[in-house]
Order: sequence, then structure tokens, then C-alpha cells
Amino acid sequence: MSITPDPQKHALGVSMKRKEDPRFLQGKGRYVDDINLPGQLYMAIVHSPYPHAKINSIDKEPALAVPGVKAVITGEDLVAAGLGWLPTFHGFDKQMVLAVGKALFQYQEVAAVFATSREAAMDGAELVEIDYEPLDPVVSPHEAAKDEVVIRSDREKSTNHIYHWDVGHKDETQRALEAAEKVVKQRIVFQRCHPAPLEPCGCVAEFDTMGRLHFYVTSQAPHVYRTALALVTGIPEDKIHVVSPDIGGGFGNKVPVYPGYVCAVVGSLLLKKPVKWIETRTENLTTTGFARDYHMDVEIGAKADGTVTALRVKTVADHGAFDAAADPTKYPAGMFGIVTGSYQFPVAYAELDAYFTNKAPGGVAYRCSFRVTEASYAIERAMDILADELDMDPVELRKKNFVRKDQFPYQSALGFTYDSGDYHSTLDKALERIGYDDLLREQAEKRARGELMGIGFSTFTEVVGAGPSKHFDILGIKMFDSAEIRIHPTGSGVVRAGTKSQGQGHETTWAQIVAEELGLDPQNIMVEEGDTDTAPYGLGTYASRSTPVAGAAISLAARRIREKARKIAAHLLEASPEDVEWTDYKFQIKGVPTRSVTMKDVAFAAYTNPGDNEPGLEASYYYDPPNMTFPHGTYVAVVDVDRHTGETKVRRFLAVDDCGTVINPMVVEGQIHGGLTEGYAIAFMQEITYDESGNNLNPNFIDYLVPTSLEAPKWETDNTVTPSPHHPIGAKGVGESPNVGSPAAFVNAVMDALSPLGVRHVDMPLTREKVWRAIQEAEARRAISAD
Amino acid sequence: MTKQRVELNVNGEIHEIQVEPRKLLAYALRDECGLTGTHVGCDSSSCGCCVVVLDGETPVKSCTMFAVQAEGHDITTVEGLAQGGQLHPLQQGFWDQHGLQCGYCTPGMLMTSYAMLKEYPEPTEEDVRKFLSGNLCRCTGYNNIVKAVLQAAKALGAEKSEPETTAADD
Repeated sequence: MSITPDPQKHALGVSMKRKEDPRFLQGKGRYVDDINLPGQLYMAIVHSPYPHAKINSIDKEPALAVPGVKAVITGEDLVAAGLGWLPTFHGFDKQMVLAVGKALFQYQEVAAVFATSREAAMDGAELVEIDYEPLDPVVSPHEAAKDEVVIRSDREKSTNHIYHWDVGHKDETQRALEAAEKVVKQRIVFQRCHPAPLEPCGCVAEFDTMGRLHFYVTSQAPHVYRTALALVTGIPEDKIHVVSPDIGGGFGNKVPVYPGYVCAVVGSLLLKKPVKWIETRTENLTTTGFARDYHMDVEIGAKADGTVTALRVKTVADHGAFDAAADPTKYPAGMFGIVTGSYQFPVAYAELDAYFTNKAPGGVAYRCSFRVTEASYAIERAMDILADELDMDPVELRKKNFVRKDQFPYQSALGFTYDSGDYHSTLDKALERIGYDDLLREQAEKRARGELMGIGFSTFTEVVGAGPSKHFDILGIKMFDSAEIRIHPTGSGVVRAGTKSQGQGHETTWAQIVAEELGLDPQNIMVEEGDTDTAPYGLGTYASRSTPVAGAAISLAARRIREKARKIAAHLLEASPEDVEWTDYKFQIKGVPTRSVTMKDVAFAAYTNPGDNEPGLEASYYYDPPNMTFPHGTYVAVVDVDRHTGETKVRRFLAVDDCGTVINPMVVEGQIHGGLTEGYAIAFMQEITYDESGNNLNPNFIDYLVPTSLEAPKWETDNTVTPSPHHPIGAKGVGESPNVGSPAAFVNAVMDALSPLGVRHVDMPLTREKVWRAIQEAEARRAISAD
Repeated sequence: MTKQRVELNVNGEIHEIQVEPRKLLAYALRDECGLTGTHVGCDSSSCGCCVVVLDGETPVKSCTMFAVQAEGHDITTVEGLAQGGQLHPLQQGFWDQHGLQCGYCTPGMLMTSYAMLKEYPEPTEEDVRKFLSGNLCRCTGYNNIVKAVLQAAKALGAEKSEPETTAADD
């Protein structure tokens, strides 16, 4: 990382060790399953073994006979209580809490059992007798489009089609493609995968003696949960207290509200006892928010010299049995419009059709700002295919088409205003650091020997920081975020924000922002998040929005404090506030450095000697961002593929990121390492697969693979800094860049390795078997054409 | 199911608990002994969040063992690593090297590393990667975890080479 500020003075840009770590290192984290309340019951859920089946009857009695089992609830019980359905976040659909009439996907929640122990609840769940009548399942979205079997009978229209969405200029794009000297077209599938945080989802629900609900839950967005619970249950919002304690990883999986949460609340209300529900890993992988499942037809038109002239993407999206994708309301395909990437497309058009299938619902999770990952992968793969067909170096093709530094703010063909960027500098830095020319020489030598070596690039642009309230809302709630800061008399303080860290290190980085703005010690700024009784209302942590939105709110709340402090400083210095300046982390009389007071002095005075000023030193800020931020980066993967086994070895991987101003380089690098490893997993290992009967084939960590220390490559990182012009400290957000940018770099590298064989595209995950098959098929084709 | 009395020796302290014979050690430690540093992250003994160390040297996924089987063994959990208010060199290594993010896998990582360093006090990077391959992490990408363990190995080695000092974990 290139910023090296003086840690004696500055808090921003310093690799401060994390304040939260001593707690986690000593086993003193407080995760939801660590919370145990007196008299607590445990809940277990009964799941449908069928992907699509009529439910003829449910017999609770055998379960109720198990010692310790206190109650069993079914969908019909919930419907009778008016709690049968829960709203999905972007508001286009609703989801059954427990199946009524029909089960619509394998593992769908059908009944909930409450008992005095985990074990008794699970015993009871095994004994609930359900008479199912299997129905034909619809597994593929392309089959769903035919409407031969219509999955949902509760909706007005008898079709599996959920919605059509489009953006851009359809006719102009058609004309530009017709006129193009070169057109490439490729079906690119971004497979269904799952974020699988190591801590599964869970909750503890308790109604206290005053009838107030205390709800401890693995939530990335506790305030949104509070509002959603109020809307679903009719409980007044002041009677709901949501707490997200320590969260063991989220990656988008802990954004939606799940049926288990509603059941736990209902059980607690019914039985007048606290109820705990902790998912099993199987429940996590089979029922909660999956990611992707986008089937994209990508077309690029270009001149013979490689100048791109048009982009068209037509997508079929598989949303599963309910449209539970947690997108902002006005963006049913999320930020997919970023699909023009880092390039100057004069015209573009993207359209999408979403379908119901008999599969688990979800779609936007897994370290991705609302479909940016799919879009980024599509354009970065397609640019490589274009380069290949034009016989151009993929780096040259990219450079030729990049938006130039002097063009920012840049209006993209699909409507985004990119705030800032410097794509050429980032790419140049990456080329130099990876030693591109040497790698090309080495590759040529290896190719002459028949060895398969590949170099893959991804020069992505992200769009994060949702979002400006005129465009972005969830359930109608504007996507601002908030901060509240109190400075105590002795110069320490507390900052509370509407976000919720799940490992991102907010307890450290938020303190660094406050410390930088106020000249205080970050070790003495306590950070609190996740408790709706104390934190200001915010939309939470996902989509890389914490730093762009809440980070800005924190900075601006601190500046409000500084403005008030200036008046108190003036009182102490016996000067007028206009003559007092904030310089070098203290207040001084303009031009007279000897006459100064520190923020610590002012804090004490705020409570002991404020003069004519209102006592106290605190402020809050609700930040409505004027625009999104647009982090970018150049990623380079170098791979060797064994042509006999199909095994890919990632020999080197370099990530050069530009996320604007860096708050804590160590934390940023950690985020990049983690995201790259998740990108590696998606590129090479992970897919939630269903067989043709709709059975989930990866319901555990034996079949759904998470990279271990043996697979995870060594990561090289570097950065450039192009501050966001509209963010108070110029920060842009970084958590998701590595997962957005890396899959294309990996796949481009493997395809580059296979290009001497004539392999054009293989869909992820690039397992040994798939790569081996691609090599075999290519060699067979060559043998035939040689005959 | 009938409960039975079990005596667990955890971090040098005896816990007398009443559990069903089928109670997994992980849940006995968490629910009965109140030691919630040991985490559970899967149902298939794949993730390693629940690793504890038996008899000072054997790392065990505590979800693969019944509490009743643990009787008669000395159990070390993450809560037993720091001594006298001092972090264990492994904990210090993870802190210094940013070897953790959400913290959920961290206790298991620490305990596996602890057992490894007892047996192999001077591991190479490759050794560390091999030993930790039964512990999953979703946040860090492992690079910093490996660095953390190597730092700890070095620190523990330095402690041992000074005969006057006693290692904090002894």
C-alpha cells in the first residue's frame, strides 16, 4: 500500500491493529449461539424432502409425544395467525414462512418444532409425519420459461415469469451491432453458488414481561429487520429490539429475513419462553440466500482495430421458488447496468427475464453489490473473447477502449455517472509489477514445448455505496446511513453507526475516521453497532456500502462536532470563532501557533466551562450520498494447466486495487485476500448443483467446497489512489472488489492457457474434470479436422 | 434420554455436568461448561471451528466426540491459551498479522496450530498449510493465518532458547 502517513499524528491511512481482535482471540466473541436466556427453548425445522410436492396432511402428534417437545407449528397455523407470508426486500414478491398446500423446493421449511433441548427439538422434527404427493419439478429457468408446469398458484398471473427488465437503447444497439466490422457472441453462465459464512444464520427471540420483543439475530441490517418485523407481525416498532451481536461472516447471506426467524418469534410469543434457532450447515446451504444463477448471452460489436461500438446482454435469471433477491426496489437486476465496465461503449442494451423454479430462493448474496459480479464477469470474459477473435493482446484491447482519466465524471451508455478513475495507471502498475513482457516470453517458450500456461486479466469497475435516496430504497426505506458521536469530558468517545461489521473491522476503522477528524486517540474511540435501541437508523452492511455511506456519515458527524468545538475553543482562547482555525489537529488563533487548544481541552471545557455555548459535545449525521462510488482495479492471474489431468495451478495472482482513500491498509489488504479466495472458490470449486429431479447435490461442506489453506493461492496486492470526489474523505469501498474482479481473471487465464488448443469458453467452476473434458474435446476436434 | 454425570477437566478446571450420552463434546463445552469460544460451523466435521486439544497435544474436532468420551482427558480450549493476562504467542501472532476477520474460525485455527507447534516447533510454510487444511476460513484467505503461525513458532522458539524463562503455556 502506498500511503505511509505518520502514525504519531494521523489515524487515517495507518495499519492500526484491530481493536476487536483480543476479544475474538480469547474466545470471548459474543455470537448469537453464545446467547442463552433463562428458560430458553430450542427450535428445529422440518424440511421438505421433495422439490415440488402437494402436502396432503401433517401429523404433529408423534413429535409432540417426544419428551421435551412443547409445540409444533405448521404453515396453516401461521396463516390462521395472519403470519403465513413474509415480504421480500425489494417488494416484488412474498415468501411462504412455512409451506402451505405445496412445497416448492427441496428443503423448504414445512413445520417448526419447539423443545427444551437442541436434541429433543431435532428428535421431534424427525417425527413430524407429512404426507406428500410429489409433483413434476421445474429445475431449469429455460424450462420454466415454457410455462408447461406453473410453480406458483398464489399469484395473479399463471406463469413462471417474474419480470422483464431492461436498460439502454435497444434499436440503436441493434443497428450498431449490424454495422460492426466484428461481432462476438457468447453464452456465459455465472453458476449458482452460496456464500456459506462459517457461522450459520440463527436467532434468539424473547418477549419480556412488558411484551417487548428482544431479537438477537445474525443480521447485516438490524434496523431493516426491526421495520420488517413490525410490518409482518403488526408489533409496534418501539416494542421491537433487534440486536446483531458479533457476526461470524455474512457475505450477503445475512441480509434477507428468513422463515426460521419468523417461526422463532411466533414460538416465543406462543410459548412465552425465549426461543433459540441456529441453522445447521445443511439448512444454510439449502434454504438461505444463494448467489448468481445468471445465464447471459453477451454480444460485443467492434471495429476491426478493436474499438468497441456496441454491447448487448440478454440474461435469463433463475430466482428459485420465491423472488427473494434483496435488491433495491427500483433495481430488480441490481447494478447489472455496470456491465459496460471500464470501456467506452457508445451504445449498449441489457435486458433480463427472471423466472421461478423449484429451487431455493435468493440471488444477490456473496460479496457482490447487487449483481455487479455477474456484470463484471460477463464483460471481462467477453473482452477477452473479442481480443482472441481479433488476434489482439487483451491488454492492448482494454487500453484502447478504457474510459480515460480526463473523461471523469463519465456517463456510461447504461446510465451510471462514474465518479472517478484512472484505469490506465492501475493497469500500467500491474503490468510492471507482474512483469508482463517476461511472462509473455516464458509463455511462448512453453507453448513451443506444448505446455499450457495462461495469463489472465480483469480490469473491472465496480459501483458501490447504495445509495442516493432518489433512486435507492429497500421496502421503501431510503438507503442512507447514519452516525452518532459523543465525545466524553476527558477526550475519549463513542461512535455509533447504522452499519454492522461481520469481520470488516468497523470497531477499528470507524474509530480511525473519528480520530482523524477530531485529533483524538483512536484507541479511545469506542465503536458500537448492531443494537437498534442505541444505534441510529441505518440500512446496514452489504454491497460494499459501509465506508461509502456510513463512513461518510461518521466523517460529517465528526465535522459537526468540530464546528461546535471551534466555538468552545474560541471561548477558551478568548477570541472570536472566525479567528480560530483547525490546523495540525488542534485549534489555534489564525497565524499564532503558540495560542492553541487541543480537542481534549475543548472536550473537558464542553462539560466544565463551555462559556455561552450549549454544554456537551455530540452530533449525529444522516448521509444521503449524492452518487455511488466506482472502485476499480486490475487483476492478473498466471496459471499452469496440466494437459493430462486438467489441473490448474495458480502460480501468481496480483491485485492492484483503487478504492480511493485507504483508511487502514492492513484491513483493506485483508479484505482483498478474503475476496480473492472467495473468487478463487467460485472460479474453480463452487456450484450449488441440482439434479434433473431438483435434488440439491451440495447440501454440506463435503460436497460444497470451501478452499482450504492448501488450495488458497498466495496473493500479491498493490494499489493506486484515486479519491472519490464526492465522499468526505475520498473513500470508495473495497470489500467486494476482489470477488467482483477475480473470477474473470482466473477464467481468462485458464482460457488463455487452453487457447492453443482452440478452446474458447468453459463455464465455471473450472474443476479438473471440466478442464480435462474441454482439452479432450478440443484434441478430438483437431484430430478430426486433421484427417 | 437419561442424563449421566460427566466430569470434564477443561483448562485445568473440573466441570461436573449432567448430559445425555449422545451430547457432543462441542455442545457440552458450550452449553454446559459455558465455554462458548469453541464454535460449531458445520454438521459434517469439515470446518474445524470446534477444534480443542486433548492432553496437551492432540487436536480434536469436538463435534466428533461425545462428552462422555472426553472424561479422563485434559481438555484445552481457546479460553485456556492466554496465561496471566498475557496473550499466547499464537494469539499475538494472529493479532499482529491480521490473521482473523470475523473471528468465528479463529479458536479452531489457534487450537490446531497450538497442537501442531507442540509436535513440530519449527514448521515451514508448507507444514502450516498442511496442518491447517482441516480448518476452514471464509474471511482471510489463509495467507495471514500462515504468517501468524510462523511468527508464533519463532516467538516460542526464542522463549525456549532462553532456559531461564518458562513458556507461558506450560
